[in-house]
Parts: sequence; structure tokens; C-alpha cells
Amino acid sequence: MSLDLPSGLPLNQPAPDASFFGLLRSHDLQPTWELGPADAQTLRAPEATTILALRYADGVVMVGDRRATEGHTIAHRRMQKVYPADGFSAVAIAGTAGLAMEMVKLFQTELEHYEKLEGARLSLEGKANHLARMVRQQLPMVFQGLVVVPLFCGYDEAESVGRLYTYDVVGGRYEEDDYSASGSGGREAKAYLRSVYRESLSEEEALIQGVAAIAAAAEQDTATGGPDLRREIYSTAVMVNRDGYSEVPEERVAELSRDLVGESE
Amino acid sequence: MTLPYYVPPEQLMKDRAEFAQKGIAKGRSIIAVEYADGVLMLAENSSRALNKIGEIYDRMAFAGVGKYNEFEALRVAGIRHADLKGYSYGRSDVAAKSLANAYSQTLAAVFTESVKPYEIEILIVEVGDEAPGTSLFRVRYDGTLVDEEGFCAIGGQEDELTATMKERYEAGMDLRAAIRFAGEAFEAVEERQIGSDEWEAAVLDRTNGRRMFRRLDADEITAARS
Repeated sequence: MSLDLPSGLPLNQPAPDASFFGLLRSHDLQPTWELGPADAQTLRAPEATTILALRYADGVVMVGDRRATEGHTIAHRRMQKVYPADGFSAVAIAGTAGLAMEMVKLFQTELEHYEKLEGARLSLEGKANHLARMVRQQLPMVFQGLVVVPLFCGYDEAESVGRLYTYDVVGGRYEEDDYSASGSGGREAKAYLRSVYRESLSEEEALIQGVAAIAAAAEQDTATGGPDLRREIYSTAVMVNRDGYSEVPEERVAELSRDLVGESE
Repeated sequence: MTLPYYVPPEQLMKDRAEFAQKGIAKGRSIIAVEYADGVLMLAENSSRALNKIGEIYDRMAFAGVGKYNEFEALRVAGIRHADLKGYSYGRSDVAAKSLANAYSQTLAAVFTESVKPYEIEILIVEVGDEAPGTSLFRVRYDGTLVDEEGFCAIGGQEDELTATMKERYEAGMDLRAAIRFAGEAFEAVEERQIGSDEWEAAVLDRTNGRRMFRRLDADEITAARS
């Protein structure tokens, strides 16, 4: 990807409406990868693993572990997988880490760009659809084995309700009414959530169960990083509700994680 | 074939400048005032939909007077410039100085090359982590770039407003005091009361987190001015 920037302010270029990706493309700056099937055989890129999200009475909680793996080895111990998308939504990523992080950055910029140009935020549905299109644009990479599957959640300001969306590799978008998980430990995390989930969970209960589900997944799945008390590495947890996006302080997650480990001993 | 009339360049520039100034003088002014936590921008604008003040980037804002379609095009171009730069490099690399320079180049080119100059004047505001890092850049219709300090006014009554503010300005006001200060300057120059729903106001405030831009609603302005 080249880093050339226009030095002046081109006033007469065809306006790519309010889309930042359109703008990148008009400057030929959009991220592109040229990779043959043979390259993909030898390519080893770190993978982001387990993420999950669950709806509760007033919003959505999203939790992700911190481990990135490369084959059977640990590539990174402190990777961030859950990000704010804008003031009222959050996105979590699983799959090829490098591509996924770039996708998040582009998605964040896109939402902010639209908001500034139009003077209003995209609707939650609009954001979810846009992310679906971004996942679909990755399709050629999927055939090379480089998959990115995000989870997206946000607070629908029009309907006053928290919503959760999942995606498949070809950009299919599905709205979930309870919980979902993705990545290598996703199955275990879902199995855990299935046994504890209730629609009427309070914010606190949802947070506790989300953090516990990651720990449960780490019990079975080697690629999922459980609470690491020695190095003080804990899951990332965020919430989206009426007041917008907020991060759960690391202290709080650490406290919950210690309780969990204490229980299992 | 007839030859075009010869017009001396001095005359040409003078005519264009006069034309642009006439257009700008018709528009209502905007004031920017530095206060303890950032910068307040206040304009007299009865339209809720067509804004004169807008967010550019994390710590940068734009204000324009004159023809709406012309400064709106510049606002959009500025957001594109900033977002492209921030995405390609890092968020902290987006600076008002480079944007103000780009605006200055663009307006200068429009002034000399196009059939009609832009009838606008714009202001680019940037807030630093601490008060000394704050900049107010004013770009005129011909591309002239001026760096102001503390407060400034653009638009039709900029001279009167600047003179009024000079008398009363004191550094380190809080937001409420800044709203009162700017509102009184407008009313002193206009010699009339301005209703609370006729204002458009926004701040770049250091206490707002990453994106410092925030619009103020009528209630907030009324509360501060009462």
C-alpha cells in the first residue's frame, strides 16, 4: 500500500459520496493484496482467536481473549480484539489478525468520516450492512485461507435497544437475539453461554458470564488465552448501552477473573 | 476574429477582490474565543440544518462565512484531507498548520485562476493538549493566511467585532464566561438583542476525550447567558 497523499485539496474530483473507502479508491490508496495460491501455502500469519458477545436487558456486552496464535505457537499474548467502532457500537475480530486489524481501522474511519460529512451517525443497520460489505470484499483472500470474521454490536438509538450481528466468511449478516461467539474457542464459549444465558440478565451478570465463557473456552481450546494471573493479562470487555460505548476497566475484569480461578481451585 | 480587451493585472485583481469582499460583507460573522479548556465558536445562524461550524478531526474544527456552497465544499475537502492523512499515518499527524496551508493554496488558486473568486472566509481551529498549543488560522478569499491569538472574528463585521473583543478579552475564562463574552460582542456590534435560538455554537474542548468537538444547544447558551 502506498502512502502518497494529495498535497492540495482537490475540489473537482468526482465525489465518492460520504464513503471513506470510495475516497481511498479514488486516490488508489485502498488496501490491496496480490497473493497467488502458491504464496498462501507458505504464508503463516498470526490468528486472532476467541471473541463473544451477549445481549442483556439494556445493551450488549462484548468480550475477547488476548491471545494470537501462529500454528501451534503463541504469537502474541496481549492482542486487542475488541474495539470501539464509534460512540455507540463495538466490533470484535477473529481470524487473520493483520487483515482484521486493518479492517477495524478502516471501519472506524469510515463511520467517523460519514458522521462528520453528513452531520449524523449512520443507523445501526447501516453500520452492520457496511461491515458486511467489507467482509465480502475479503472474499478473494478467503480462498487463500486468510479469513476474517467479525462480531458487531451497537445500541440502536432509534429503537432504544442493543443489537448484535454476526457474519459469515462471504459477508452474510445475521442478527442474533441472544449471544454469539466466534474464533477457535467459539464453540466452547457458546456451549458455556447456552447453559447460563437468560434474556433478563443484568449488566453485571452479563459481564460476569462473558468473562467466564472466555475462561471456559480456554479450558478446552489451547488457542484461547485464559486469565493469566502471573503476567496480569486479562480479557478485554466492553459494553454498549443507552449511554454509548464504554470499556470495562481492566481492574474490574482482573477481579472477576481472579474470582473465577479461585472458584475452580 | 476580435481580440479580447486588455485588462491590466492590477485592475483585474482589484476587481476580483472587491467582488469577493462585497459578497463576504453580506454574510453574518463568526467569532472564535479561547477559554480555559479549549475554543468556543459562535455564529449567528437561524438555520438548524445548514451549519457554518463543523468538525474536521479529533482536535480540529472549521468555520466558514460567505456563500454556503463554497465553504461547504472546502469543509468536505478538509475532512477528506484529514481522514486520509490520519488513516495513512497516525491520528496525531493530522495538524491544522498543514490543512490551513492547503486551504490557502486552494483559495489562492481559485482567486487567480477561476472566473469568479470564492466569496468566503474560513477559520481553522486547533486545540492543543495545553493552552499554548491552540491555533486559530484565518484564510481569506485570496488565500491570505493569518495566525490569530486568543480570539478572532471572520465575516461582514469582523473589524467591529475584533475591536469590541479587544477591549473586553481576558485569558483563562471558563466556557460560560466565553459564551457571555462572545454573545455580548455580537449584540454590542449589532446593537440589538439576539434570541437564544438564533445562535449556532460549538466547542473544541480538551475534556471531551479524543474527539473534542461538541455542538452546544440553545438551552446551554441560554443558561450561560442568563
